[in-house]
Amino acid sequence: MEKMPKWADVILIPAISILLAAIISGLVLLATGKDPLNALVIMFDGAVGSSRAWGYTLYYATNFIFTGLAVAVAFHARMFNIGGEGQALLGGVGVAVACLYIPWPHWTLALLGAIVLSGIFGAVWAAIPAFLQAKRGSHIVITTIMFNFIAYSLINHLLVNVMKPAGVMEPATASFPEAAHLPNFHDILGLVGIDFAMDAPANIAFFVALLACLFLWALIWRTRIGYQIRQFGESESAARYAGVSPTKIIMISMILSGMFAGMMSINNVMGEAERLVLNSAEGAGFIGIAVALMGRNHPVGIVLAAILFGFLYQGGTQLSIQAQIPKEMVVVIQSLVILFTGALDHMVRSPVERIFLALRRKEA
Amino acid sequence: MTTPAIELKGISKAFGPVQANKDINIRVMPGTIHGIIGENGAGKSTLMSILYGFYKADAGEIFINGNKTEIPDSQHAIAAGIGMVFQHFKLVENFTVLENIVLGAEDGPMLTPSLRKARAQLKQLADDYGLNVDPDAIIENIGVGQQQRVEILKALYRKAEILILDEPTGVLTPAEADQLFRILERLKDEGKTVILITHKLREIMEITDEVSVMRRGTMVGHVATAKTSPAELAEMMVGRKVLLEVDKAPAKPGRTILEVKNLSVTDQWGVKRLKEVSLTIRAGEILGIAGVAGNGQSELLEVLGGYQKATGEVILNGEAIDLTGLHSDGQTRRSRGIAHVPEDRQSEGLIMNFTAWENVALGYHNDPKYQKNALFMDNAAIRKDTEEKMARFDVRPPLPELRAKSFSGGNQQKIVVAREIERNPDLLLVGQPTRGVDIGAIEFIHKQIVALRDAGKAILLVSVELDEIMSLSDRIAVMFDGRIMGERDPENTTVQELGLLMAGISGEAA
Repeated sequence: MEKMPKWADVILIPAISILLAAIISGLVLLATGKDPLNALVIMFDGAVGSSRAWGYTLYYATNFIFTGLAVAVAFHARMFNIGGEGQALLGGVGVAVACLYIPWPHWTLALLGAIVLSGIFGAVWAAIPAFLQAKRGSHIVITTIMFNFIAYSLINHLLVNVMKPAGVMEPATASFPEAAHLPNFHDILGLVGIDFAMDAPANIAFFVALLACLFLWALIWRTRIGYQIRQFGESESAARYAGVSPTKIIMISMILSGMFAGMMSINNVMGEAERLVLNSAEGAGFIGIAVALMGRNHPVGIVLAAILFGFLYQGGTQLSIQAQIPKEMVVVIQSLVILFTGALDHMVRSPVERIFLALRRKEA
Repeated sequence: MTTPAIELKGISKAFGPVQANKDINIRVMPGTIHGIIGENGAGKSTLMSILYGFYKADAGEIFINGNKTEIPDSQHAIAAGIGMVFQHFKLVENFTVLENIVLGAEDGPMLTPSLRKARAQLKQLADDYGLNVDPDAIIENIGVGQQQRVEILKALYRKAEILILDEPTGVLTPAEADQLFRILERLKDEGKTVILITHKLREIMEITDEVSVMRRGTMVGHVATAKTSPAELAEMMVGRKVLLEVDKAPAKPGRTILEVKNLSVTDQWGVKRLKEVSLTIRAGEILGIAGVAGNGQSELLEVLGGYQKATGEVILNGEAIDLTGLHSDGQTRRSRGIAHVPEDRQSEGLIMNFTAWENVALGYHNDPKYQKNALFMDNAAIRKDTEEKMARFDVRPPLPELRAKSFSGGNQQKIVVAREIERNPDLLLVGQPTRGVDIGAIEFIHKQIVALRDAGKAILLVSVELDEIMSLSDRIAVMFDGRIMGERDPENTTVQELGLLMAGISGEAA
């Protein structure tokens, strides 16, 4: 018998966690002499108060959906992919290659090309640690995190020595050509008569992210390979008995994971910056871990968690601009949410479970 | 009469619904080596863990040297003079012998005086008991036998008068085991009390003074080793439950289905688990493999099931099976007509967090009738198949959406058996088909196995339940130490004879 109803598991527990994080954040703000209620108003206004605010929130959320999916698909095979950041950075290289070196006639084709190349670049970057895990037993957590640092250095090298246009000091590629510019929400929603802020970065990649969610759902719960991934994740011994090859599952799940992480670049590199710069992923690879954890590795949960973190990211930025709250304090607030929804999940879960058990006993 | 060194009265301990120890009474006299024997899972280790303060007994009393003693944790056990040597050593690998011995028993904040004192005492102990170990050697650089001595020295350094050894020879070579026994005899001569937990009859006969036999959480009896025989102990260990009669006609063996020649398995530590095993099974017969758990039966099933590499030859229906290459996987085995009810349904046969219908596809996810098209599986078809299987095998409750962990043991096993038998395999591998299964389900599962035999299929049955082997098998092979000790006809053999073979004593010698 389940310890508590499903709605409590997927809604009540995250809600309590967020509330606790909010309370502690408020206390921290109070201690530094700021007004927490005012801060809350600024955050809401800055993140969801206008179409421009939504444009930023959903832009960040798109990044987090991709990296959240990356962590989730690997986790279904109990592979803990900490390397989403590096894989996303490599995906950026894929996008840059697609956009700079191939003359696309139209943005739709450019988008398809960028999806494929970013996916391949990210997948290759994840496949190396996966191979080391499957064949050599090198722990995936260690190797993927080390590959993040290799990715930083590799991109540094590429931008400084290879991809930087001549005569420019900044380590970045040239801007992508007009044909590789993606329509943003202003362009898309304008088609159906909705007036959306022009200068917000949310773009068509958001819908690609939603399609990726659908893809993950179908893959994990409707295909043979997804079934084998879940088998392996739930019980390696049972998967061995069933004739599922551990090597194959580790490789496939990690390649898919790297692919999702790499595809994030169609949002931030292609859709927003329209060129590749240093550190393009800006930590989204790590936030993906929290998003997957909070979203219970399910696409719907991941979308909701990604929007929450998009809200925190955008609201936090506004907080530091408007309320003169230092950026570090904003990081503290974001970290508290990650801490409560992720690491301290059990702290909230067990008392709630006990309450439900007690209620059930009273009924019986 | 002398006071027992240890006396346990009415010890009971349950883990959830499992009664690991039930009203156990035992007296261990000082200056003796007392064996506790029983099969895996009989409750020996639980009993000793209670004595050492790892578990708290639900009921019962512990007397040490006649005094009632409470042992809430291992510190109290050590203070009461009890030392324990675990099956899996608890040593710090990159510390020296001396550091390991002192660890947790330091005299003060400074380490050097403790080490100096320990070094002197170690020399004394080495002289007294013949326990020679280099005190400055690093643990990971010395052999397993030496590591075990360090564990014994640790206990003696803490002034243990009563030493408990849990399956001490499991990791030792025969020569190392002999050395250990000489040490235990020295300990006994010096007045220490030794409790030896094992499932190996040979060790009991060789070294103990008295022996207590456990079976399924209860104490079956105590005997003086000199007044018993391996056969009697084997019978006590395995037990003679109410014989479950299986209604079956004489076998009509047909062509040879399975031929195994010189099958050997070496595990990752280099220990040979299967040694040149050869056997054949014909259509329409059940070959039962009897033996105490851990004598190579599991490896035999794993090799045939396709998830353990091996050397040798396996021929199915006249064609060789790939044992190490690309086609040595479980999927190929299934397509060749081998089905497998694994020994451990909770870790292999089922995925506890999966629903019943997801478990019905376990191993058969490539079955064409479970596919909707080239891309997607037909989950509805699997659910429907599950519903039908549940009806035919009377699985209760018949709910395909229920998770495997929510079914009782018997119903879990019925799901596994239904999945495998309904594949109508040429060869069915069955491991412990009725372990933890209620009487009704046992009868049902036995009937299904016999029905498959009568349909002209070959069945390899592995079970530690002698009754099950006796009543189901058409031929019985006994395994001991990775070898087949011999084959017997169930009509013309006795539990005693099989028990001797299971203990590694071949029929000719006894």
